[in-house]
Order: sequence, then C-alpha cells, then structure tokens
Amino acid sequence: MSVTPAVPGTHASRPQRGWYKRNEIAITPWLFLLPAMIFFAVYVIIPIGQSFWISLHEWDGLGEKTWVGTANYERLLGWGEQNMDRKFQVSFWNNLKWLVLYLLAIPAGLFIALFLNQTVTGIRFYKSMFFFPFVISQVVVGLVFSWFYLPREGLLNAILGLFGAGPINVLGDPTLATYGIIAAGLWPQTAYCMILYLTGLNAVDPEQVEAARLDGAKGHKMLWYVILPQLKPATFIAFVVTIIGALRSFDLISVMTNGGPFGSTRVLSFYMFEESLSEFGFRMGYGAAIAVVLFFIMLGFITYFLYSMYRDEKGAH
Amino acid sequence: MFPTPLEKTSRSWQISYQVLLPIMLIIWLLPLIAVANFSIKPEADFVNGNYWGLPSSIDALSNYGKVFFESNMPRYLWNSLFITIPTVIGAVALSCMAGFALGVYKFKGNLLIFFIFIAGNFVPFQILMVPVRDLTVSLNLYDTKLGLVLFHIAFQTGFCTLFMRNFIRALPFPLIEAARVEGIAEWRIFLYVVLPLMKPALAALAVLIFTFIWNDYFWAVVLTQGPDAQPVTAGITEFNSQFRAAYNLMSAGSIVAALPPVAMFFLMQKHFIAGLTLGAVK
Repeated sequence: MSVTPAVPGTHASRPQRGWYKRNEIAITPWLFLLPAMIFFAVYVIIPIGQSFWISLHEWDGLGEKTWVGTANYERLLGWGEQNMDRKFQVSFWNNLKWLVLYLLAIPAGLFIALFLNQTVTGIRFYKSMFFFPFVISQVVVGLVFSWFYLPREGLLNAILGLFGAGPINVLGDPTLATYGIIAAGLWPQTAYCMILYLTGLNAVDPEQVEAARLDGAKGHKMLWYVILPQLKPATFIAFVVTIIGALRSFDLISVMTNGGPFGSTRVLSFYMFEESLSEFGFRMGYGAAIAVVLFFIMLGFITYFLYSMYRDEKGAH
Repeated sequence: MFPTPLEKTSRSWQISYQVLLPIMLIIWLLPLIAVANFSIKPEADFVNGNYWGLPSSIDALSNYGKVFFESNMPRYLWNSLFITIPTVIGAVALSCMAGFALGVYKFKGNLLIFFIFIAGNFVPFQILMVPVRDLTVSLNLYDTKLGLVLFHIAFQTGFCTLFMRNFIRALPFPLIEAARVEGIAEWRIFLYVVLPLMKPALAALAVLIFTFIWNDYFWAVVLTQGPDAQPVTAGITEFNSQFRAAYNLMSAGSIVAALPPVAMFFLMQKHFIAGLTLGAVK
C-alpha cells in the first residue's frame, strides 16, 4: 500500500460550508413541498389507487376482502351474460342530463352579467345580491327549493295558480324530479358564472369596443365577434367549474329527494354512496367500482382541462 | 364598455332599466324571500293556510329562539366553527409553502407536481370515499372533528397550491434575486420577502376556504355521525326531523346554518371575488 503524503492546508484556504448551505437552492423547494405532498399523497393520491384495488373485491368494510376480479364491473356494466345494472343505467343518464343542462348556467350567467354591467347608483349592491346564492350551502339551497316546490305550501304552485296552471308535485314526479333538482343547482351556479363574466367584462379593452362601434358593429354582432373572444378565459373557467359541479352533484339530491321517487333522481355519485354507506348495506367493493367508472368519466374532462392549462403555461414562457 | 353605457341610451330604456333592476332581483331571490318570510311566521299561519302572505304577526324572536335554545343547533354551529377554522389555517399554511416552492424554484418535476395538485383537485369525491373513511377509522378518528379537518386540509391543499403558485409567479422576481445576492437564507426570503407580499392572496384564500368547508356536506356524512362532531350542514337534517313539518322553525334553522359564510362574503366581498375570479382575466 502506498502512502499518500499528507497535503495539509489545501482545503483550509477555502471557507468550509455545510452540505445544506452548498445545496440550499436545490433542497429548499423539496423541504417546502414536503408537508403538502405528504398530506396530498395520503388523503388523495393513494386512495385513488386503493379504490381501484377495492373495486376488485367484495368487501363489507369490516371483515376480510374477497378477491372477485372484474365481477363487480361485469355486474355493473353488464358484460357477458348479465344485463347492465338498472340503477347504474338510470344514474348514468341522469348524469348526462346534469352535464348538459348545467351548462345553461354559462349563457344565463353571461346574460345577467351583461344586464348588470352598468354604472348606475346602487349597482354594486345589485351585483352582490345576485351573486350571493353561491355562498349559501347546497344543503340549504336544496331545502329552500324543496319548500319552494311543495305541492300545497310551495310558492311555485301559488305562482302557477295565478296563471291558471294546475298544481304540480315537482319532486314527487319521477319524470320531473331530476329537472327540479337541476334547476335548484343552476341557481348558485349561474351566480358563479355571472361573477366570472362580470370580472371578465371589466377587463374588456374599451378601445377595441369603440373601434368596433365606429365600424358599425352593434348588439349581438359586437358581442359575438368582439366581446366574447376577449371573455375566453372567463368562459374557460366557467366551463371547468360547471362541468365539475355537475358531476359532483350529491348534496342537492341527498337533501331534496334522497334518490327517489323510485330511484329516478340517482346519479353516479349518489348511487355509489348508497351502495357503500347506507341502510341498504355496506357493499364497498361494488361502490368502489361505481366510483372508478365516475372517475374515468371525469378523467376525460380533467385531461382536457389540464391540457389547456399546460398549453397556456408553455405559451407564457 | 359593453353593453352601451346607460347614459348613452334612450331615455325610455334608462327608465325601464331602473324599473327592471329591482324586479329582476326580486324574481332571482324569490325562493329565498319565501323562506325568510316562513321563518318569521307564527305556527298558526301554516294551520290557517296563510303560506305566502305576510305573516299575521312577527314571531322571529320565538322561532329563532327555539333554534338556539331548544335544539342541538348551537352544538352543530360550534362543530362547524372548530372544523372550518383549523382547516383554513392548515390548508393556507401548507399551500403557501408549496406554492412558494413551485413558483420560485426551477427544478425537475416542478410542473409535474403542480399538475398533480391541480388534477387531484378535480377528482370525484367518491373515489376517495371508501379508502379515506377506512383510514380515518383505523386512525381512531371516525366521528371526530380532527378526522374531518385532516382530510379537508389535504384536499383543499390542491386548490390552494394552484392559487398560491400562480400568485407568487406574478410577484416581481428581481426582489427575490436581490435578497439572494445579499446572502439571505432561502427560508428567510420566504418569511420576510414573499409572505408579506402575499397578504391579499392569503385573505382571498381564507374566505374562500372558509365558505367551501362550512358548506361541505358529503364528507360530513361520510366521516361523522351525531352531534358530537357533525357540522351544521349535516346537523340540519336532524334538526328538521326534530321539527318535522314546522316550516317556520325549519326555515329559521336553515337561515342560521347558511348565515356565517354569507356574513363572511358581505364583509370581505372584495377578497372573496378576487379569489373566485382568479384567472378569469388574462
């Protein structure tokens, strides 16, 4: 073994810095991210994987899980010999109704925003009064509307009576109930879209509007060719929150009809809850399978949203 | 400005606009006005079939008194408060730090982590339900406020991080560079340079999260039961079964349950709307 002669003092001339100090810029972001990442992983990311796993089992939430492979999905979607689960079918169609009709909140919000985008005295008061249904919890909105719809005591039938229309029991009629609940949901959602558009309208370039006016653009032409393109960011956000809101509908259904009458107002999110956590039993595996299907429906939208955001993010640099 | 400012339109439209405005508002708030009217009516009005007319006498005091003194409502309200406030603090704190890391530093995986936070925020609650409930039960936190708070903090961190990161991105970066040149430690830059500039974002997020969590119903039913831990959104159903068909009391109860976020909104309107419409303008 050769002995290397000691070379004293070569390092001593440089000031000694700790490992952390030398790597500060590289380490700090991870230290700052760590708590949020741990929380998010434990409560959001990992449970998504676990739900997939559970959906391949039969499980009552307490005892042992029994592996059943894709049996839950076969029963749900009706692969092979079986027919598609009737309740699943109803829920799925109702989800579609929610998605399509909920989007009405966007034009309705735009309409109210255009109506309120003036500078008269007291307009700020009007804007906040139009907006504030959004702040009320969905549970209370549901209660308010179910009293509004009451066949005898409800205001709706009183108004219909004025026009000579017969009393209707909105929430008791399987063909009407879902639409009644969607209407209740549209109330706060329209308020949300309205505030997005009001903010957007505030930022519309006045010079472009004036220039278009000089060119003779008016009314809906002006709106379509000059204003709406400038409102694109507001429309995008309104679209995102409305789609997510439509697929998350649970509170209103639970409060207003609890899925009835005759299961006609179930949607996937409600049906999943019913299967896994209600008096009808604790079928966690089957519930998880429904959740996975809902997740994939949502994933389509999420991918599109993220892609648009990614494009903007790249465009910004 | 679009539509054409009112001053520049015909006199007749100006007048009709002023008339239309309050009428539209009344129609818009009709269901709510009906409930407010219900909540101050005496029970006798419902027996006599006077549902929509003016109350025969103002019984607000006795109706709201019953809500506060003869039901579990105050307990539920306290629970809501003790769930909401810690969640706001926790989610804002975590996301401030995460937003700082994602907004200021360039490192591999930055954008990926950012997008995971956004994506997680859009996920349907149902896919988390069974595992989160299971986790909460095994931590012995089922039917406790802490169990709800921990989950809410974790879930809200997604949205809050998106918000904070974009806000920090918009701050003047030379400020941070100047501090670095001075040799200030990174965590001090966070505390003394960035955090003071984030006050508007903190206020906006705090009001938003307060409202979201106060109004949460789904997780309240999944992770709690009974008046020991349940927040007011879940408690209202028990309240309503206690006063079944007493519409005046049920209405009063609903108004009480809905009031705190409404009050918060009217008090901090500017911050609330700034938070909600972030990104609506380029």
